Amino acid sequence: MSDELVLGGRRFNSRFILGSGKFSLEMTRRVIEEGGVEMATLAVRRANAAGEGNVLDSMPEGITLLPNTSGARTAEEAVRIARLARELGCGDFVKVEIIRDTKYLLPDNRETVRAVGMLADEGFIPMPYMMPDLTAARDMADAGAAAVMPLGAPIGSNRGLLTRDFVRMMVEELDVPVIVDAGIGKPSQACEAMELGCAAVMANTAIATARDVPMMARAFRTAIEAGRMAYLAGTGRVLEGRAEASSPLTGFLGGSD
Amino acid sequence: MRMVMESPCVAVTVNGKVIEVPEGTTLADLLGSEGYDRSRIAVEVDGDICPRADLGSRVIRGGETVEVVSFVGGG
Repeated sequence: MSDELVLGGRRFNSRFILGSGKFSLEMTRRVIEEGGVEMATLAVRRANAAGEGNVLDSMPEGITLLPNTSGARTAEEAVRIARLARELGCGDFVKVEIIRDTKYLLPDNRETVRAVGMLADEGFIPMPYMMPDLTAARDMADAGAAAVMPLGAPIGSNRGLLTRDFVRMMVEELDVPVIVDAGIGKPSQACEAMELGCAAVMANTAIATARDVPMMARAFRTAIEAGRMAYLAGTGRVLEGRAEASSPLTGFLGGSD
Repeated sequence: MRMVMESPCVAVTVNGKVIEVPEGTTLADLLGSEGYDRSRIAVEVDGDICPRADLGSRVIRGGETVEVVSFVGGG
C-alpha cells in the first residue's frame, strides 16, 4: 500500500525529518542513512573561508533540503535568510522560524504568519515552526503554508509531546499536514505524535544527545513507522471506569453447568 | 605635480570585518583572495543578493557591506 507524504508537490516515503545540528559531518550522513531520512533541515550562517567541510557534503543525493530561518526575529529577516538559502541553490522549501524569546526559544506566531505570506508570494514552499494554536495555524495555511510545524516542547529540551491535546486539535481540524517539530526526546514520543495523525516528526537533539547516535536514529525510524501504521490501522477504543474480559466468560473449570 | 601612486584602495566590510581592496576589485576577486569556496556560498551586498553569475563582473564600491553565507548543520 502506498502511503506517501506529499509536501509542496514532492513525495516522500519517510516521515522522519532530521534536524542536522549538533552532528559531525560524518555522523550526519550516518544518521540520515540509519534513519531512512529523506528531508533534512539546514541553517544559514556567515561562511568560513575554505578548508572546512561543508554540511552539503554530508547530504546524500536525492535528499530534500529544508533550510530554516533561524536567527530571524521578524518576518523581514526571515525572508532575507530564505532568499539567501535559495541562492545557495537547494530549492524552494523553507522552514520558517521566527524567535524573539531567548529563554524558551518560542516561535512568534504573528510574525510567522506574516512571513509565510511574504514567502509564498515569492514562490517559496513555507513550512512554519509555530506554537500549536489552531487559529494561527489556519492563518498559516491560508497564507500559503505547505505544512505546519507545531512544537512538542521547547527546542532541544527532549521533554516530549507536552502540547499533545493542541496538536491533536490541529490534526483533526486542518487540511495541511501537521509535523511535530521540537522537543521530541524519545522514540515513544515520536510514535505517539504519529498515532495522533501527525504527518511526520522532526527530531534532532534527541538523536544527537543519545549514547549511540546511529542506533537512536534507527529507533526513531522504527517508532515513526509504527506510529503511522497504528494511525492507519485505527487505534482501539478506550474504556473508562470498567474492564472488559478478553477471555471468554463461559466454560470455566469447576463450574456448575 | 602629479605623484605616481599605487592603485588606490577602497574599504569594504566583509562578514563584519573591514578589508581594504584595490579599486576595481570584483566580488569574485575578493572571495577568491579571502579563500571562500564559491560553489558553497551566497553573497549579499548592502542587503541585496548578488547572483552567483554576476560575482565576476560586480565591482566593489567603497563603504559597501558584504555578507557571505553558507549552509551549516541546524534544526
